[in-house]
Amino acid sequence: MPQTHASGQPYEDDAPEPAVAPAKAENTDALDSLLDEIDDSLQVNAEQFVRSFVQKGGQ
Amino acid sequence: MRICGIETEYGIADPARPQANPILMSSRLVEACRTWAGEHTARWDYGGEDPLQDQRGHRRARAQAHPDMLTDAPEFDGQAGGVSLRKRRGSWEDPAHLNAVLSNGARFYVDHAHPEYSGPEVTNARDAVLWDAAGDAIALAAARQYTETEGLPLALYKNNVDGKGASYGTHENFLIRRDVDFEQLATWLTPHLVTRQVMTGAGRVGLGQRGEHDGFQISQRADYMEAEVGLETTLRRPIINTRDEPHADRSQWRRLHVIIGDANCFEVPTLLKMGTTALVLSAIEAGDERLDSLVLADPVPAVHTVSHDLSLRASVPLASGESATALEIQRALLAICREYAADAADHTVLAHWERVLDALARDPFSAAKDVEWVAKLQLLGRLRERHATVHPDGTQELVEWADARLAALDLQWSRLGDGWAAKLLAAGQVTRLTDDSAVASAVARAPRDTRAAVRARLIALRPELVDAAGWSSVVIDRPTAHGELEVVHLDDPHASSHPVIDALASPRPTGAV
Repeated sequence: MPQTHASGQPYEDDAPEPAVAPAKAENTDALDSLLDEIDDSLQVNAEQFVRSFVQKGGQ
Repeated sequence: MRICGIETEYGIADPARPQANPILMSSRLVEACRTWAGEHTARWDYGGEDPLQDQRGHRRARAQAHPDMLTDAPEFDGQAGGVSLRKRRGSWEDPAHLNAVLSNGARFYVDHAHPEYSGPEVTNARDAVLWDAAGDAIALAAARQYTETEGLPLALYKNNVDGKGASYGTHENFLIRRDVDFEQLATWLTPHLVTRQVMTGAGRVGLGQRGEHDGFQISQRADYMEAEVGLETTLRRPIINTRDEPHADRSQWRRLHVIIGDANCFEVPTLLKMGTTALVLSAIEAGDERLDSLVLADPVPAVHTVSHDLSLRASVPLASGESATALEIQRALLAICREYAADAADHTVLAHWERVLDALARDPFSAAKDVEWVAKLQLLGRLRERHATVHPDGTQELVEWADARLAALDLQWSRLGDGWAAKLLAAGQVTRLTDDSAVASAVARAPRDTRAAVRARLIALRPELVDAAGWSSVVIDRPTAHGELEVVHLDDPHASSHPVIDALASPRPTGAV
């Protein structure tokens, strides 16, 4: 029975999923400028893009 | 050192024409790949993927081969793969099943309604990462050629789901000893395949095969796993696939075909996917009974439990009656596998394995540069915060998981070339194990230490002699007295040379035609 990491868990019992971590200073700028670009792209066509992304099943 | 390889089925779309036929696009893409490769490409040898099954019925040992074929290999030792003759037939190719065998030993072809890159055989996880990255570069080069030739845009996606119910695979292959009991192997490997997703998952917006429920989960493929063991790959997909085509000596080897894994745009997950699984297989081959304590009580629900639990705190029941979290099971596997590290590449895998497990246990977001689902979740979380609704009382409501912007970010994440994962990498936010020059080299050249080197050598140096090539065969077309094609059998995936092909691939003597 593995019991190597029973402690030190980062979340409270009643939290179903992790909250977004506070952005670290080093990557804040990089992520922010990428998010700007994502915003520009997605404001226009997100719904249409999602609707039209249809693939055939594979293996 | 364990022979392994990765096959990737890419999503394919014409951004301007969503209704475009994916089989036709894939076929034209493979044609474009051939154009890009110039003369250095070969057709696929459908003559028999497993010569030891003797499906052609007329295989001869080297000793019985026509003397005409022996002249190029005076040093032939009688132990290497045999050579047989094959009658010439027409050279028709089914346009829906076009292939390009490339000078790096890989196969680029149409599989179902997707273009697929099957990387060359490699001996370790680091090389698997490198030739996987080479596959992305080749697919991108083919797409550029397609656009130039066809005058149409084309986008390729390295993911596994469309969010509408379709899934397509990224498969791993591992050579394992035939004498290992398969049922035992399935039982012992399953806990690893179920729990490794906390490190290797690519992340997915949507729960359920058709995204019936809103939310985010760790793995692309988890919800499509419906059986513990089985032969299928397109329906009722199993955690352990039983397909048995070794492409090698059947009496010695089995090729384990793993279909549960996600396509990864990050390199650390690819390294861990291949490297940790290879080490667990070594523990299984050694009959390490410590693996018994990790056997799962109910693997299929456990795949879903692990994938849907972003806190990494959920326990899954063990056959022993106890229970454990995915991280606990991974930590126990790491401890066992330390004893099976045999070379520097294995030690690299162990170091990353431990580092990533530590980070995930400390704070999953501290693993954002290494673990793809965490990086995707972080970016999605930031987007949800950016556009949160702020109520008059000051409380904040994040963007709902059902919002199309989140689904679009998820899908566009894996687009080759300009997807969000690629942009995150360019912004220095992703751990990279390869570099541009190594990838460029792996686009052009095969690994040196497997039979891929043999296959690739002739395609690189004397492509005009190659009629077709497969995993375990190269078919040679040259003027001979017997007038037939010569099939060189590459039965041993470890053999990086073959006297017949090495002789043919050596520089032409002065004055020879």
